[in-house]
Amino acid sequence: MISIDKVSKHYGSFQVLTDCTTQVRKGEVIVVCGPSGSGKSTLIKCVNGLEPFQSGTITVDGISVGDPKTNLSRLRSRVGMVFQHFELFPHMSITDNLTIAQVKVLGRSKEEATDKGLRLLDRVGLKAHAHKFPGQLSGGQQQRVAIARALAMDPICMLFDEPTSALDPEMINEVLDVMVELAQEGMTMMCVTHEMGFARKVASRVIFMDQGRIVEDNATDAFFGAPRSERARQFLAKILSH
Amino acid sequence: MSYQWNWGVFLTPAAAGDGSTYLGWMLSGLQVTVALSLSAWVMALALGSLIGVLRTVPNRWLSAIAAGYVELFRNIPLLVQLFIWYFVLPELLPVKLGTWFKQDLDPVTQQFLSAMVCLGFFTSARVCEQVRSGINALPQGQKNAGLALGFTLPQTYRHVLLPMAFRLVVPPLTSEFLNIFKNSAVCSTIGLLELAAQGRQLVDYTAQPYESFIAVTVFYLLINVVVMSLMRVVENRTRVPGYLGGK
Repeated sequence: MISIDKVSKHYGSFQVLTDCTTQVRKGEVIVVCGPSGSGKSTLIKCVNGLEPFQSGTITVDGISVGDPKTNLSRLRSRVGMVFQHFELFPHMSITDNLTIAQVKVLGRSKEEATDKGLRLLDRVGLKAHAHKFPGQLSGGQQQRVAIARALAMDPICMLFDEPTSALDPEMINEVLDVMVELAQEGMTMMCVTHEMGFARKVASRVIFMDQGRIVEDNATDAFFGAPRSERARQFLAKILSH
Repeated sequence: MSYQWNWGVFLTPAAAGDGSTYLGWMLSGLQVTVALSLSAWVMALALGSLIGVLRTVPNRWLSAIAAGYVELFRNIPLLVQLFIWYFVLPELLPVKLGTWFKQDLDPVTQQFLSAMVCLGFFTSARVCEQVRSGINALPQGQKNAGLALGFTLPQTYRHVLLPMAFRLVVPPLTSEFLNIFKNSAVCSTIGLLELAAQGRQLVDYTAQPYESFIAVTVFYLLINVVVMSLMRVVENRTRVPGYLGGK
């Protein structure tokens, strides 16, 4: 589904990504973790072309992201993305947030889009908030709406860029619950996250990054049981010690 | 001081014998000021928004051209710009167009057009900077969120960035809207009989400078009160619930 092959990226002389290679197969859930500044957010943004990269190739469903001939908008409309800071559109009601791209990008009718949006809103447990505005919801609620908004486009896979990092601890679980459910339904997912409980529960593989490189790409049990790299061992020791 | 106050002067028939009172002169000046400022404002808002957007697009050439535009119109004094539009530019136009402007148009239309274009361009450079700062004040993630949903860049501006950017800059745009009325007084220098020019003309005819300029002041204040209330309505109507002091 997603294939990342020898991808490198630099800002001027600063190397952000070096020779990153990995795959996400259909139905897999991949967790990307690593210390801050390791390039994991940049990597996931490269997957739908929000960040350009200088060398290597990324293909999503067989379509090359870096190819200037690719219709990036169309490709992005098929790849759902959830951001650290939710990024709902503050001037639109929740319903409009859920429907605008369905109508403007996919050409669905207003009724069809609203129907679909409200069904997904119900699924993330927020049906009662349809008429509200993003600023009137809590962070966890906003993030669940953001997930519903991405799902409304019927994506072939979902990218999560630290979806719980900006949330109060109490609200993390309500978002993770939605993500776990999604994973168990067979959605292809690539998640940048530090939620190791989530990784253990649903990830097929864990990718560990450090200084712009993929240091370890391992099956979940193996990663937590006996990480191959010293750096990953140190990282796990630090974040799992409490 | 032995100044003879005479507020009745406004109701006396004007000495020019055009059947109007001096108050009529004032009101016709007010009309010109309002028409000139509003038409220049429409032009400034449209042009300024366009150039402001161009300043933020990820294309070096477009943003450089837009930046040049802003520096050009912002760094030359308004009065100099007005003289260039009115006295110099008609000479530089293609002969036919120049002749049409100078000979076929009546003088008032000439003055009005030059003044409108001048104020429009001058103010557009300032509007541009405000629109740009509004767009830049939005989190980068908003643009990414729009693009990630499959919007094209123009759609992202149209549906995601600009609606919020304009809301953010309503207060500075209000002061620009007020400025355009005040700046329009400069246009009396090319002979356009707007409010300030009528005030001065009144002094020449009646020798009642205090009354004239108090009246002019009151009219400008009135305009500004109306503009401010109008913009306050706009601000309240577009307020986003749960955001920026909205409920």
